[in-house]
Amino acid sequence: MSQKQEEENPAEETGEEKQDTQEKEGLLPERAEEAKLKAKYPSLGQKPGGSDFLMKRLQKGVWGIVSYPLSLDVLLCVDEIEGDYNMAKAKMKNKQLPSAGPDKNLVTGDHIPTPQDLPQRKSSLVTSKLAGGQVE
Amino acid sequence: MIPGIGTLTQDTLWCFSQVKGTIEIGTTEADIISTVEFNHTGELLATGDKGGRVVIFQREQESKNQVHRRGEYNVYSTFQSHEPEFDYLKSLEIEEKINKIRWLPQQNAAYFLLSTNDKTVKLWKVSERDKRPEGYNLKDEEGRLRDPATITTLRVPVLRPMDLMVEATPRRVFANAHTYHINSISVNSDYETYMSADDLRINLWNFEITNQSFNIVDIKPANMEELTEVITAAEFHPHHCNTFVYSSSKGTIRLCDMRASALCDRHTKFFEEPEDPSNRSFFSEIISSISDVKFSHSGRYIMTRDYLTVKVWDLNMENRPIETYQVHDYLRSKLCSLYENDCIFDKFECVWNGSDSVIMTGSYNNFFRMFDRNTKRDVTLEASRENSKPRAILKPRKVCVGGKRRKDEISVDSLDFSKKILHTAWHPSENIIAVAATNNLYIFQDKVN
Repeated sequence: MSQKQEEENPAEETGEEKQDTQEKEGLLPERAEEAKLKAKYPSLGQKPGGSDFLMKRLQKGVWGIVSYPLSLDVLLCVDEIEGDYNMAKAKMKNKQLPSAGPDKNLVTGDHIPTPQDLPQRKSSLVTSKLAGGQVE
Repeated sequence: MIPGIGTLTQDTLWCFSQVKGTIEIGTTEADIISTVEFNHTGELLATGDKGGRVVIFQREQESKNQVHRRGEYNVYSTFQSHEPEFDYLKSLEIEEKINKIRWLPQQNAAYFLLSTNDKTVKLWKVSERDKRPEGYNLKDEEGRLRDPATITTLRVPVLRPMDLMVEATPRRVFANAHTYHINSISVNSDYETYMSADDLRINLWNFEITNQSFNIVDIKPANMEELTEVITAAEFHPHHCNTFVYSSSKGTIRLCDMRASALCDRHTKFFEEPEDPSNRSFFSEIISSISDVKFSHSGRYIMTRDYLTVKVWDLNMENRPIETYQVHDYLRSKLCSLYENDCIFDKFECVWNGSDSVIMTGSYNNFFRMFDRNTKRDVTLEASRENSKPRAILKPRKVCVGGKRRKDEISVDSLDFSKKILHTAWHPSENIIAVAATNNLYIFQDKVN
């Protein structure tokens, strides 16, 4: 009788254990994947949700932080640039209004660039292919 | 089948309708579609791409002759919404990629939409012009000024018909309000305000005012080392103009009421599913990050998308979702490689159908999934050129997980992870869906009997 009771109790516990094991087995793939990753990158930190990780995410798109920001260089030679600018403006007053496109005879420093003169940085100003081409 | 009542019973068959874009080996990055959105009537369908361009398609009027063809979508307007910029102070390049487009409800003949990149939101007006004035006194037909000495008579300019021209003009530019990258915009039901959300802050704007916005959520910690989560998506309630939700990278959703306080840092409701701590792995937090949150049309439910599942929550129950659907659970055994190739960070969106009975989301290999909330049936379909004969019925696809692969099944290892469907849209009242597959836009409709 006592034997039976002992057998009954373990059966209950096994029931719970079975549930636990089943849950763990469901997660075994995730845990196995984690082990794989740790094996490849042993220096990987424990918590991926840490501030370092999130900071990287916030700074998406940053490059070249080590050097000065461009604006600092510009600030340093503002006087020089202003001087050139005023000189060039004085020369321009006597000319006719310029047409679109830079005058190639002007020496750098005399010509005041306008937005039209600057080359486009990216050529994504092409019409989207969704709007042209095949329409089915 | 009654159109407009979307039920995914065995009677619903999805057919190919149209595909936009070109077949290319090696896609130009600018052509990658980054957002898709129907307007409130479903008459217009807008797409945004990585190159900062917006293309709007319009549904053609259904003709009585062609009963079999329901209105097709043709190009209506296209324009360059955002251009690449450079932030000189921070040495940052600002991408022109359109993150989101949201339509305003139509109030007059013109259409209005909001489009946003990482930093700047713009309000665009799209209007038609089919008449032009002719017979000016001071200008000739080419627009050149006439010599006043030659003008001897006076005439009244008249409006004459001209070929339809659709113009898109930027009406407002809402700039310089976000330090971090904008992930969401949402138009309020009052039609006077809208919100824009970045990783750490949410701002409220009035459509008429561009030089000021009101900060309503700020989760930036005083010490950035204490940063534990970021805002991933946000949306206004469809009917209650004081209520909005925002989701986080930790898998939680907060509902806020703007009547409670000016700064909504303290939520009114907090939705989180409890997790067994013994189940945690390195990937747990990453895959629980919510990539999209959408209110149902009824306003009673919210749907969230995390890496492996879609969940439906009842606003009245914060402690767990009422429904959880597995999108591609077989990826659980691939998490290591998905982390290495960054796919684990892909942000999938999710959408409701018009009656809130079916939900849809994308997956890999150009597969997308639909779940019927009533019948609990689900289906996997594929957006591919191979199934692109007009009105061809889409065949359900199946991913084989175990050992034996049946004839039409595809094994997990054969899935193409570069073909991801992140953006889809469902017509507000009909069974018409738009699916963005990298640089192609597919339009599917249900079979018309």
